[in-house]
Amino acid sequence: MDVKLNVVYVPSEGVVARVIEDELIIVPLIAGIGDADDELYTMNETGKAIWLSLDGIKTLKDIAVDLSDKFNASPSIIEQDVIGLIEELTSRKMVVSLS
Amino acid sequence: MSFVKKLKAHEFNLFKGNKPLLGRLDIELTERCNNNCIHCCINKSEYDSDALTKEMSTDFVKEILTEAERIGCLSVRFTGGEPLLRNDFQDLYLFARRLGMKVILFTNARLITEKLAEMFVKYPLGHAIEVSVYGMRTESYDSVVRQDGAYTEFHEGVSLLLKHKVPFIVKGPKFKFLKEEQDEFITWAESIPSMDKKPGYSMNFDLRHRRDDPEKNAIIKKLRLTPEETVSILTNNPLYLNSMGEFCSNFIGPPGDKLFKCGAGKSICIDSYGNAQLCLPLRCPDNVVSLHKVSLKIALQESFKGMQEIKAKNPEYLRRCAICFLNGLCEQCPAKSWVEHGTLDTPVEYLCDVAHAQARFLGLISDDENAWEVNDWKVRVKRFVAIHGPAI
Repeated sequence: MDVKLNVVYVPSEGVVARVIEDELIIVPLIAGIGDADDELYTMNETGKAIWLSLDGIKTLKDIAVDLSDKFNASPSIIEQDVIGLIEELTSRKMVVSLS
Repeated sequence: MSFVKKLKAHEFNLFKGNKPLLGRLDIELTERCNNNCIHCCINKSEYDSDALTKEMSTDFVKEILTEAERIGCLSVRFTGGEPLLRNDFQDLYLFARRLGMKVILFTNARLITEKLAEMFVKYPLGHAIEVSVYGMRTESYDSVVRQDGAYTEFHEGVSLLLKHKVPFIVKGPKFKFLKEEQDEFITWAESIPSMDKKPGYSMNFDLRHRRDDPEKNAIIKKLRLTPEETVSILTNNPLYLNSMGEFCSNFIGPPGDKLFKCGAGKSICIDSYGNAQLCLPLRCPDNVVSLHKVSLKIALQESFKGMQEIKAKNPEYLRRCAICFLNGLCEQCPAKSWVEHGTLDTPVEYLCDVAHAQARFLGLISDDENAWEVNDWKVRVKRFVAIHGPAI
Protein backbone atom coordinates (compact mmCIF):
# COMPACT_ATOMS: atom_id res chain seq x y z
CA MET A 1 0.00 0.00 0.00
CA ASP A 2 1.36 3.44 -0.93
CA VAL A 3 1.91 5.76 1.97
CA LYS A 4 0.75 9.31 1.31
CA LEU A 5 1.89 12.37 3.20
CA ASN A 6 -1.54 13.94 3.35
CA VAL A 7 -2.99 11.05 5.34
CA VAL A 8 -3.34 10.70 9.10
CA TYR A 9 -1.96 7.49 10.56
CA VAL A 10 -2.49 6.16 14.07
CA PRO A 11 -1.11 3.22 16.03
CA SER A 12 -3.19 0.12 15.39
CA GLU A 13 -5.27 -1.41 18.14
CA GLY A 14 -3.17 -4.52 17.79
CA VAL A 15 -0.20 -3.05 19.64
CA VAL A 16 0.52 -1.27 22.89
CA ALA A 17 3.28 1.31 22.94
CA ARG A 18 5.23 1.82 26.14
CA VAL A 19 8.01 4.22 26.98
CA ILE A 20 10.22 2.64 29.63
CA GLU A 21 13.32 4.53 30.74
CA ASP A 22 13.12 6.62 27.58
CA GLU A 23 13.06 3.57 25.34
CA LEU A 24 10.00 3.07 23.14
CA ILE A 25 8.80 -0.52 23.23
CA ILE A 26 5.98 -1.81 21.06
CA VAL A 27 4.22 -4.83 22.54
CA PRO A 28 2.02 -6.86 20.18
CA LEU A 29 -1.45 -7.27 21.68
CA ILE A 30 -3.26 -9.36 19.12
CA ALA A 31 -2.18 -12.32 17.06
CA GLY A 32 -0.55 -11.75 13.72
CA ILE A 33 1.63 -8.77 14.60
CA GLY A 34 4.96 -10.39 15.43
CA ASP A 35 6.63 -13.48 14.07
CA ALA A 36 6.91 -15.05 17.49
CA ASP A 37 4.89 -14.60 20.64
CA ASP A 38 7.77 -13.48 22.81
CA GLU A 39 9.02 -10.68 20.57
CA LEU A 40 8.92 -7.00 21.32
CA TYR A 41 9.79 -4.10 19.06
CA THR A 42 11.78 -0.97 19.57
CA MET A 43 12.68 1.90 17.28
CA ASN A 44 15.62 4.12 16.64
CA GLU A 45 15.43 7.77 17.66
CA THR A 46 13.93 8.91 14.38
CA GLY A 47 11.31 6.20 14.50
CA LYS A 48 10.50 7.05 18.09
CA ALA A 49 10.06 10.74 17.32
CA ILE A 50 7.73 9.98 14.44
CA TRP A 51 5.73 7.38 16.39
CA LEU A 52 5.18 9.76 19.29
CA SER A 53 3.81 12.31 16.82
CA LEU A 54 1.03 10.01 15.58
CA ASP A 55 -1.73 11.79 17.48
CA GLY A 56 -4.64 11.03 15.16
CA ILE A 57 -4.85 14.68 14.06
CA LYS A 58 -1.64 15.53 12.20
CA THR A 59 -1.01 14.24 8.70
CA LEU A 60 2.37 12.74 7.91
CA LYS A 61 3.21 16.01 6.16
CA ASP A 62 2.44 17.95 9.37
CA ILE A 63 4.64 15.58 11.33
CA ALA A 64 7.48 15.94 8.86
CA VAL A 65 7.27 19.74 9.08
CA ASP A 66 7.29 19.66 12.89
CA LEU A 67 10.24 17.31 13.05
CA SER A 68 12.15 19.19 10.42
CA ASP A 69 11.83 22.33 12.60
CA LYS A 70 12.62 20.44 15.78
CA PHE A 71 15.74 18.74 14.46
CA ASN A 72 16.73 21.49 12.08
CA ALA A 73 16.84 18.96 9.28
CA SER A 74 15.94 19.10 5.61
CA PRO A 75 12.17 18.61 5.14
CA SER A 76 12.69 16.25 2.19
CA ILE A 77 14.92 13.96 4.23
CA ILE A 78 12.47 13.94 7.13
CA GLU A 79 9.63 13.18 4.72
CA GLN A 80 11.59 10.22 3.38
CA ASP A 81 12.11 8.97 6.93
CA VAL A 82 8.45 9.41 7.77
CA ILE A 83 7.32 7.54 4.68
CA GLY A 84 9.92 4.82 5.22
CA LEU A 85 8.84 4.27 8.84
CA ILE A 86 5.13 4.27 8.08
CA GLU A 87 5.67 1.80 5.24
CA GLU A 88 7.51 -0.47 7.63
CA LEU A 89 4.94 -0.09 10.38
CA THR A 90 2.06 -0.64 7.97
CA SER A 91 3.63 -3.86 6.73
CA ARG A 92 3.92 -4.99 10.36
CA LYS A 93 0.29 -3.95 11.03
CA MET A 94 1.42 -1.56 13.73
CA VAL A 95 -0.23 1.54 12.23
CA VAL A 96 -3.38 2.15 10.23
CA SER A 97 -4.54 5.10 8.17
CA LEU A 98 -7.57 7.07 9.34
CA SER A 99 -8.80 7.83 5.84
CA MET B 1 17.01 1.56 6.36
CA SER B 2 14.94 -0.16 9.08
CA PHE B 3 13.56 1.95 11.87
CA VAL B 4 12.12 -0.97 13.82
CA LYS B 5 14.11 -3.60 15.65
CA LYS B 6 12.67 -6.89 16.83
CA LEU B 7 14.01 -8.21 20.16
CA LYS B 8 13.27 -10.72 22.88
CA ALA B 9 12.64 -9.11 26.27
CA HIS B 10 16.03 -10.09 27.69
CA GLU B 11 17.83 -8.49 24.74
CA PHE B 12 16.79 -4.98 25.66
CA ASN B 13 19.43 -2.77 27.25
CA LEU B 14 16.96 -1.29 29.60
CA PHE B 15 16.85 -4.31 31.92
CA LYS B 16 20.52 -4.13 32.72
CA GLY B 17 21.53 -2.54 35.99
CA ASN B 18 18.81 -1.34 38.34
CA LYS B 19 16.42 0.14 35.85
CA PRO B 20 13.55 0.06 35.42
CA LEU B 21 12.34 -0.31 38.99
CA LEU B 22 10.33 -3.46 38.28
CA GLY B 23 10.87 -5.83 35.36
CA ARG B 24 8.55 -8.63 36.35
CA LEU B 25 5.68 -9.07 38.77
CA ASP B 26 4.31 -12.30 40.26
CA ILE B 27 0.69 -12.27 41.35
CA GLU B 28 -0.82 -15.19 43.18
CA LEU B 29 -4.42 -14.59 42.18
CA THR B 30 -5.74 -17.14 44.66
CA GLU B 31 -4.47 -19.78 47.07
CA ARG B 32 -7.59 -21.80 46.33
CA CYS B 33 -7.24 -24.70 43.97
CA ASN B 34 -9.49 -27.24 42.33
CA ASN B 35 -6.76 -29.82 42.98
CA ASN B 36 -5.70 -31.08 46.39
CA CYS B 37 -2.26 -32.38 45.50
CA ILE B 38 -0.52 -34.54 48.05
CA HIS B 39 2.68 -32.53 47.81
CA CYS B 40 1.33 -28.99 47.50
CA CYS B 41 2.95 -26.25 49.52
CA ILE B 42 0.18 -23.66 49.32
CA ASN B 43 -3.29 -24.78 48.24
CA LYS B 44 -6.56 -24.18 49.99
CA SER B 45 -9.87 -25.72 48.95
CA GLU B 46 -11.55 -24.02 45.99
CA TYR B 47 -14.61 -23.66 48.25
CA ASP B 48 -12.72 -21.96 51.09
CA SER B 49 -15.06 -19.01 51.66
CA ASP B 50 -12.75 -17.35 54.16
CA ALA B 51 -9.92 -17.27 51.62
CA LEU B 52 -12.32 -16.13 48.91
CA THR B 53 -13.56 -13.24 51.02
CA LYS B 54 -10.05 -12.03 51.75
CA GLU B 55 -8.73 -12.27 48.19
CA MET B 56 -7.80 -9.10 46.34
CA SER B 57 -10.73 -7.56 44.49
CA THR B 58 -10.67 -7.12 40.73
CA ASP B 59 -10.16 -3.38 41.12
CA PHE B 60 -7.31 -3.84 43.56
CA VAL B 61 -5.47 -6.20 41.22
CA LYS B 62 -5.99 -3.72 38.39
CA GLU B 63 -4.53 -0.93 40.55
CA ILE B 64 -1.46 -3.04 41.19
CA LEU B 65 -1.09 -3.84 37.49
CA THR B 66 -1.50 -0.16 36.59
CA GLU B 67 1.17 0.90 39.03
CA ALA B 68 3.44 -1.91 37.89
CA GLU B 69 3.10 -0.71 34.31
CA ARG B 70 3.94 2.83 35.38
CA ILE B 71 7.23 1.69 36.95
CA GLY B 72 8.31 -0.28 33.90
CA CYS B 73 6.98 -3.78 34.46
CA LEU B 74 6.93 -5.72 31.18
CA SER B 75 5.74 -9.10 32.35
CA VAL B 76 3.33 -10.47 34.97
CA ARG B 77 3.02 -14.06 36.14
CA PHE B 78 -0.44 -15.20 37.23
CA THR B 79 -0.16 -18.14 39.59
CA GLY B 80 -1.95 -19.69 42.56
CA GLY B 81 -3.51 -22.07 43.74
CA GLU B 82 -5.28 -22.27 40.43
CA PRO B 83 -5.53 -18.77 38.89
CA LEU B 84 -8.31 -19.78 36.47
CA LEU B 85 -10.59 -20.25 39.48
CA ARG B 86 -10.95 -16.48 39.61
CA ASN B 87 -14.19 -15.42 37.93
CA ASP B 88 -12.45 -12.26 36.81
CA PHE B 89 -9.46 -14.02 35.24
CA GLN B 90 -10.35 -13.05 31.68
CA ASP B 91 -10.89 -9.44 32.73
CA LEU B 92 -7.55 -9.30 34.55
CA TYR B 93 -5.73 -11.03 31.72
CA LEU B 94 -6.97 -8.61 29.08
CA PHE B 95 -6.31 -5.69 31.41
CA ALA B 96 -2.68 -6.75 31.83
CA ARG B 97 -2.25 -7.33 28.11
CA ARG B 98 -3.77 -3.95 27.21
CA LEU B 99 -1.29 -2.31 29.57
CA GLY B 100 1.37 -3.78 27.33
CA MET B 101 2.43 -6.56 29.64
CA LYS B 102 3.15 -10.09 28.61
CA VAL B 103 1.51 -12.72 30.80
CA ILE B 104 2.99 -15.92 32.16
CA LEU B 105 0.26 -18.32 33.30
CA PHE B 106 0.78 -21.28 35.64
CA THR B 107 -2.20 -23.63 35.59
CA ASN B 108 -3.32 -27.24 35.87
CA ALA B 109 -5.37 -26.69 32.68
CA ARG B 110 -8.52 -28.25 34.15
CA LEU B 111 -10.43 -25.01 33.69
CA ILE B 112 -9.34 -24.21 30.14
CA THR B 113 -12.52 -23.66 28.13
CA GLU B 114 -13.19 -23.07 24.46
CA LYS B 115 -13.76 -19.38 25.27
CA LEU B 116 -10.46 -19.04 27.13
CA ALA B 117 -8.53 -20.84 24.42
CA GLU B 118 -10.05 -18.53 21.79
CA MET B 119 -9.06 -15.54 23.89
CA PHE B 120 -5.47 -16.81 24.09
CA VAL B 121 -5.47 -17.16 20.32
CA LYS B 122 -6.78 -13.66 19.73
CA TYR B 123 -4.65 -12.07 22.47
CA PRO B 124 -1.53 -14.25 22.79
CA LEU B 125 0.15 -14.32 26.20
CA GLY B 126 3.67 -13.61 25.00
CA HIS B 127 4.91 -16.67 26.88
CA ALA B 128 3.98 -20.33 26.64
CA ILE B 129 1.45 -21.35 29.31
CA GLU B 130 3.05 -23.60 31.93
CA VAL B 131 0.85 -26.60 32.64
CA SER B 132 1.54 -28.82 35.64
CA VAL B 133 0.98 -32.52 34.99
CA TYR B 134 0.37 -34.94 37.86
CA GLY B 135 0.11 -38.28 36.09
CA MET B 136 -0.39 -39.83 32.71
CA ARG B 137 -3.63 -41.64 33.38
CA THR B 138 -6.76 -41.36 35.47
CA GLU B 139 -5.60 -43.61 38.31
CA SER B 140 -2.28 -41.90 38.87
CA TYR B 141 -3.40 -38.32 38.19
CA ASP B 142 -6.52 -38.45 40.32
CA SER B 143 -4.64 -40.13 43.18
CA VAL B 144 -2.09 -37.31 43.29
CA VAL B 145 -4.59 -34.46 43.05
CA ARG B 146 -7.23 -36.30 45.08
CA GLN B 147 -10.10 -35.17 42.90
CA ASP B 148 -12.26 -37.59 40.92
CA GLY B 149 -12.55 -36.63 37.29
CA ALA B 150 -9.53 -34.33 37.44
CA TYR B 151 -7.54 -36.19 34.81
CA THR B 152 -10.42 -36.06 32.34
CA GLU B 153 -10.73 -32.30 32.80
CA PHE B 154 -6.97 -31.81 32.52
CA HIS B 155 -6.94 -33.84 29.33
CA GLU B 156 -9.80 -31.80 27.89
CA GLY B 157 -8.05 -28.57 28.80
CA VAL B 158 -4.81 -29.61 27.16
CA SER B 159 -6.72 -30.84 24.10
CA LEU B 160 -8.27 -27.40 23.73
CA LEU B 161 -4.86 -25.76 23.90
CA LEU B 162 -3.58 -28.12 21.23
CA LYS B 163 -6.68 -27.68 19.07
CA HIS B 164 -6.33 -23.89 19.10
CA LYS B 165 -2.51 -24.03 18.85
CA VAL B 166 -2.04 -22.05 22.05
CA PRO B 167 1.63 -22.46 23.00
CA PHE B 168 2.20 -24.31 26.27
CA ILE B 169 4.87 -26.33 28.01
CA VAL B 170 4.44 -29.03 30.62
CA LYS B 171 6.20 -29.78 33.86
CA GLY B 172 5.50 -32.00 36.80
CA PRO B 173 6.54 -33.39 40.16
CA LYS B 174 8.70 -36.49 40.31
CA PHE B 175 7.17 -39.09 42.60
CA LYS B 176 8.90 -42.39 43.34
CA PHE B 177 5.58 -44.20 43.06
CA LEU B 178 5.05 -42.87 39.51
CA LYS B 179 8.53 -43.73 38.26
CA GLU B 180 7.16 -46.05 35.57
CA GLU B 181 5.24 -43.15 33.97
CA GLN B 182 8.29 -40.92 33.55
CA ASP B 183 9.30 -42.16 30.10
CA GLU B 184 5.71 -41.94 28.93
CA PHE B 185 5.50 -38.35 30.23
CA ILE B 186 8.69 -37.33 28.45
CA THR B 187 7.59 -38.96 25.18
CA TRP B 188 4.22 -37.22 25.36
CA ALA B 189 5.87 -33.89 26.24
CA GLU B 190 8.11 -34.19 23.17
CA SER B 191 5.02 -34.46 21.01
CA ILE B 192 3.77 -31.02 22.10
CA PRO B 193 4.66 -28.56 19.32
CA SER B 194 5.65 -25.72 21.64
CA MET B 195 7.94 -27.81 23.87
CA ASP B 196 11.45 -26.83 22.84
CA LYS B 197 13.21 -28.61 25.70
CA LYS B 198 12.63 -31.45 28.16
CA PRO B 199 9.88 -30.86 30.76
CA GLY B 200 10.87 -29.23 34.03
CA TYR B 201 10.22 -31.06 37.25
CA SER B 202 10.21 -30.64 41.02
CA MET B 203 11.41 -33.31 43.41
CA ASN B 204 12.71 -31.66 46.57
CA PHE B 205 9.26 -30.40 47.49
CA ASP B 206 8.81 -27.35 49.68
CA LEU B 207 6.98 -27.70 52.95
CA ARG B 208 3.85 -25.61 53.44
CA HIS B 209 4.71 -21.99 52.73
CA ARG B 210 2.35 -20.69 55.39
CA ARG B 211 3.58 -23.18 58.00
CA ASP B 212 -0.07 -24.04 58.47
CA ASP B 213 -0.24 -27.83 58.33
CA PRO B 214 2.25 -30.03 60.21
CA GLU B 215 0.43 -33.21 59.10
CA LYS B 216 0.75 -32.23 55.46
CA ASN B 217 4.41 -31.39 56.05
CA ALA B 218 5.01 -34.92 57.29
CA ILE B 219 3.52 -36.26 54.04
CA ILE B 220 5.56 -33.88 51.91
CA LYS B 221 8.76 -34.95 53.65
CA LYS B 222 8.01 -38.60 52.83
CA LEU B 223 7.39 -37.70 49.18
CA ARG B 224 10.69 -35.88 48.78
CA LEU B 225 13.37 -37.72 46.88
CA THR B 226 16.38 -38.66 49.00
CA PRO B 227 19.67 -36.91 48.26
CA GLU B 228 20.91 -40.08 46.52
CA GLU B 229 17.76 -40.34 44.41
CA THR B 230 18.08 -36.63 43.54
CA VAL B 231 21.63 -37.13 42.32
CA SER B 232 20.61 -40.19 40.35
CA ILE B 233 17.98 -38.18 38.47
CA LEU B 234 20.21 -35.16 37.89
CA THR B 235 23.07 -37.25 36.59
CA ASN B 236 20.77 -39.11 34.21
CA ASN B 237 21.06 -36.02 32.05
CA PRO B 238 24.06 -36.51 29.72
CA LEU B 239 24.68 -32.75 29.84
CA TYR B 240 24.80 -32.65 33.63
CA LEU B 241 28.58 -32.55 34.08
CA ASN B 242 29.09 -29.86 31.45
CA SER B 243 26.26 -27.76 32.82
CA MET B 244 27.73 -28.11 36.32
CA GLY B 245 31.12 -27.08 34.97
CA GLU B 246 29.60 -23.89 33.63
CA PHE B 247 27.59 -23.37 36.82
CA CYS B 248 30.59 -23.82 39.11
CA SER B 249 32.67 -21.41 37.10
CA ASN B 250 30.10 -18.66 37.76
CA PHE B 251 27.97 -19.27 40.82
CA ILE B 252 29.71 -21.35 43.46
CA GLY B 253 31.37 -19.87 46.57
CA PRO B 254 30.61 -18.91 50.20
CA PRO B 255 27.84 -16.30 50.55
CA GLY B 256 28.96 -14.58 53.76
CA ASP B 257 26.49 -13.46 56.38
CA LYS B 258 24.19 -11.41 54.12
CA LEU B 259 21.04 -13.46 53.67
CA PHE B 260 19.41 -12.06 50.54
CA LYS B 261 22.03 -12.58 47.88
CA CYS B 262 19.57 -14.31 45.61
CA GLY B 263 18.16 -11.19 43.97
CA ALA B 264 14.97 -11.37 46.01
CA GLY B 265 13.29 -7.97 46.12
CA LYS B 266 14.38 -6.98 42.62
CA SER B 267 11.14 -8.39 41.35
CA ILE B 268 8.12 -8.63 43.59
CA CYS B 269 5.50 -11.22 44.46
CA ILE B 270 1.99 -10.36 45.57
CA ASP B 271 0.07 -12.94 47.56
CA SER B 272 -3.66 -13.48 47.17
CA TYR B 273 -4.48 -10.92 49.84
CA GLY B 274 -2.40 -8.00 48.62
CA ASN B 275 0.81 -8.55 50.53
CA ALA B 276 4.04 -7.88 48.69
CA GLN B 277 6.73 -10.46 49.30
CA LEU B 278 10.38 -10.63 48.40
CA CYS B 279 9.71 -13.98 46.75
CA LEU B 280 6.81 -16.38 46.45
CA PRO B 281 7.63 -18.77 49.33
CA LEU B 282 8.73 -16.12 51.86
CA ARG B 283 5.59 -15.26 53.82
CA CYS B 284 7.16 -14.38 57.15
CA PRO B 285 4.95 -11.59 58.57
CA ASP B 286 8.04 -9.47 59.33
CA ASN B 287 9.11 -9.57 55.70
CA VAL B 288 5.91 -8.77 53.84
CA VAL B 289 4.36 -5.40 53.12
CA SER B 290 0.66 -4.82 52.69
CA LEU B 291 -0.13 -3.03 49.46
CA HIS B 292 -3.35 -1.90 51.14
CA LYS B 293 -1.06 0.38 53.15
CA VAL B 294 1.87 1.26 50.87
CA SER B 295 2.29 1.51 47.12
CA LEU B 296 4.22 -0.97 45.02
CA LYS B 297 6.87 1.68 44.39
CA ILE B 298 7.38 2.37 48.10
CA ALA B 299 7.51 -1.37 48.80
CA LEU B 300 10.29 -1.77 46.24
CA GLN B 301 12.23 1.40 46.94
CA GLU B 302 11.96 1.55 50.71
CA SER B 303 10.43 -1.44 52.48
CA PHE B 304 12.37 -4.14 50.65
CA LYS B 305 15.62 -2.19 50.41
CA GLY B 306 16.17 -2.57 54.13
CA MET B 307 15.30 -6.26 54.09
CA GLN B 308 17.97 -6.98 51.51
CA GLU B 309 20.60 -5.87 54.03
CA ILE B 310 19.53 -8.40 56.68
CA LYS B 311 22.42 -10.46 58.02
CA ALA B 312 22.39 -13.88 59.60
CA LYS B 313 22.70 -14.08 63.38
CA ASN B 314 22.19 -17.79 64.02
CA PRO B 315 25.59 -19.15 65.11
CA GLU B 316 24.91 -22.47 63.36
CA TYR B 317 24.26 -20.65 60.07
CA LEU B 318 27.41 -18.58 60.51
CA ARG B 319 29.43 -21.70 61.32
CA ARG B 320 28.15 -23.57 58.27
CA CYS B 321 26.16 -21.91 55.52
CA ALA B 322 27.86 -18.52 55.59
CA ILE B 323 31.24 -20.06 54.79
CA CYS B 324 30.17 -23.03 52.70
CA PHE B 325 31.36 -22.99 49.09
CA LEU B 326 28.39 -25.08 47.98
CA ASN B 327 26.25 -21.95 48.13
CA GLY B 328 24.64 -21.74 44.71
CA LEU B 329 24.51 -25.51 44.43
CA CYS B 330 22.57 -25.66 47.72
CA GLU B 331 19.00 -24.37 47.79
CA GLN B 332 19.39 -22.95 51.28
CA CYS B 333 17.86 -19.48 51.38
CA PRO B 334 15.82 -17.33 53.80
CA ALA B 335 12.56 -18.53 52.27
CA LYS B 336 13.43 -22.21 52.65
CA SER B 337 14.63 -21.58 56.19
CA TRP B 338 11.39 -19.78 57.01
CA VAL B 339 9.25 -22.53 55.56
CA GLU B 340 11.15 -25.26 57.44
CA HIS B 341 11.96 -23.53 60.72
CA GLY B 342 10.15 -20.22 61.02
CA THR B 343 13.39 -18.24 60.94
CA LEU B 344 15.42 -16.80 58.08
CA ASP B 345 18.80 -18.20 59.01
CA THR B 346 18.54 -21.82 60.10
CA PRO B 347 20.33 -24.45 58.00
CA VAL B 348 17.87 -26.78 56.29
CA GLU B 349 19.40 -30.22 56.77
CA TYR B 350 17.59 -31.82 53.84
CA LEU B 351 18.90 -29.21 51.41
CA CYS B 352 22.37 -29.48 52.92
CA ASP B 353 22.31 -33.24 52.39
CA VAL B 354 21.16 -32.85 48.77
CA ALA B 355 23.91 -30.34 48.02
CA HIS B 356 26.56 -32.51 49.67
CA ALA B 357 25.40 -35.57 47.72
CA GLN B 358 25.82 -33.63 44.49
CA ALA B 359 29.22 -32.29 45.55
CA ARG B 360 30.40 -35.82 46.33
CA PHE B 361 29.27 -37.07 42.95
CA LEU B 362 31.11 -34.19 41.28
CA GLY B 363 34.26 -35.04 43.24
CA LEU B 364 34.33 -31.64 44.92
CA ILE B 365 34.35 -33.17 48.41
CA SER B 366 35.09 -36.63 49.79
CA ASP B 367 32.56 -38.83 51.58
CA ASP B 368 33.58 -37.77 55.07
CA GLU B 369 33.97 -34.03 54.42
CA ASN B 370 31.61 -31.20 55.28
CA ALA B 371 31.85 -28.57 52.57
CA TRP B 372 31.94 -25.68 55.06
CA GLU B 373 35.19 -27.12 56.48
CA VAL B 374 36.96 -27.18 53.12
CA ASN B 375 39.61 -24.48 52.82
CA ASP B 376 40.98 -25.22 49.37
CA TRP B 377 37.62 -25.05 47.61
CA LYS B 378 38.89 -22.66 44.95
CA VAL B 379 41.53 -25.17 43.86
CA ARG B 380 38.97 -27.96 43.75
CA VAL B 381 36.47 -25.91 41.77
CA LYS B 382 39.18 -24.77 39.35
CA ARG B 383 40.21 -28.38 38.78
CA PHE B 384 36.59 -29.40 38.19
CA VAL B 385 35.92 -26.51 35.82
CA ALA B 386 39.14 -27.27 33.91
CA ILE B 387 37.75 -30.70 33.12
CA HIS B 388 34.04 -29.99 32.71
CA GLY B 389 33.72 -26.24 32.35
CA PRO B 390 33.06 -24.22 29.21
CA ALA B 391 35.86 -24.26 26.63
CA ILE B 392 37.86 -21.02 26.68
